[in-house]
Amino acid sequence: MLVSIYRYNPETDLKPAMVDIEVDVPTDRDLMVLDVLNLAKEKDTTIAYRRSCREGVCGSDGMNINGTNGLACITPLSSVVKPGKKLVLRPLPGLPVVRDLVVDMSIFYKQFEKVKPYLMNDEPAPNIERLQSPEDRAKLDGLYECILCACCTTSCPSFWWNPDKFIGPAGLLQAYRFLADSRDTAASERLAGLEDPFSVFRCRGIMNCVAVCPKGLNPTRAIGHIRSMLIEQSA
Amino acid sequence: MVTSATNFSRTGLSDWLVQRVSAIVLLAYSLFIFGIFVLYPELSFEQWSGIFSNNAVRLFSMMSVLALCGHAWIGMWTVATDYLTTLQLGSAATSVRLVFQLGCALLITVYLLWGIQIFWGS
Repeated sequence: MLVSIYRYNPETDLKPAMVDIEVDVPTDRDLMVLDVLNLAKEKDTTIAYRRSCREGVCGSDGMNINGTNGLACITPLSSVVKPGKKLVLRPLPGLPVVRDLVVDMSIFYKQFEKVKPYLMNDEPAPNIERLQSPEDRAKLDGLYECILCACCTTSCPSFWWNPDKFIGPAGLLQAYRFLADSRDTAASERLAGLEDPFSVFRCRGIMNCVAVCPKGLNPTRAIGHIRSMLIEQSA
Repeated sequence: MVTSATNFSRTGLSDWLVQRVSAIVLLAYSLFIFGIFVLYPELSFEQWSGIFSNNAVRLFSMMSVLALCGHAWIGMWTVATDYLTTLQLGSAATSVRLVFQLGCALLITVYLLWGIQIFWGS
């Protein structure tokens, strides 16, 4: 099958180009997109991309597959390409390209850092651990599973337009993960950092993030919860 | 916290609330006007001016003009800060955006004054 891959080396190329590579794909089973990319790399060893765990846990191989962001390692070929059609691979949109499918994720991590993604508790630490009831723990389900692959944030137009100001779905999901944690005592401080017109409120609720999340998480719902908390705090 | 000098309210929360409340007012007013046309298919000028000589209708109309102004300002500010940024326009972005926003502010002021003149003028 034909695999069309975005190629760009900023040190030698004037502009990016899509390059087609013919790859022999076995027909008796369904490969993952990453397998096809590995086969393409056997033909052209200069193709650059990130990959590690190959089972949707590390979040390294987030890329744009036939127009939709996803993890190449857990995206079956049959789910993105019809028989006889081309597989088109591009880097995650909205981030600077380091080379080929490798993007510079600095601004993504900077936005993540802004929400202080760690437990803040001003009470003295108990001898063993801070306990939490099973009900309170259950509130974190659907929030803590994020692997920071950036598929959601880089599919969000609000992040494309204001990557330096809008925190983006991945960061906001983490913001709510700590706002919802019964052991965290910094809720009002966290909310104060989010009430400006950009950080949270640039979310227009188009739910691209929900559509692409490889872990099936729902950042839009978390953003809705943050908004409700902001309203409750100010009303 | 991201700060911005060019929106009036300072917090995204109040912008968000104003945007939603004003949308409800505008929806109610649109339904009201639509209702008049449905109720009076052969509407004459006397009936029309009769409806608008009622103080409650004038107040509702004025409220809608205010809602429109607030809604338009927040909406246009949002559009401008999404599309007229340094990412799209380079170093000229801020000047372009300020001119655009000044134009919006001027237009909105004209609509507001015009509305007052229409509904409360002699």
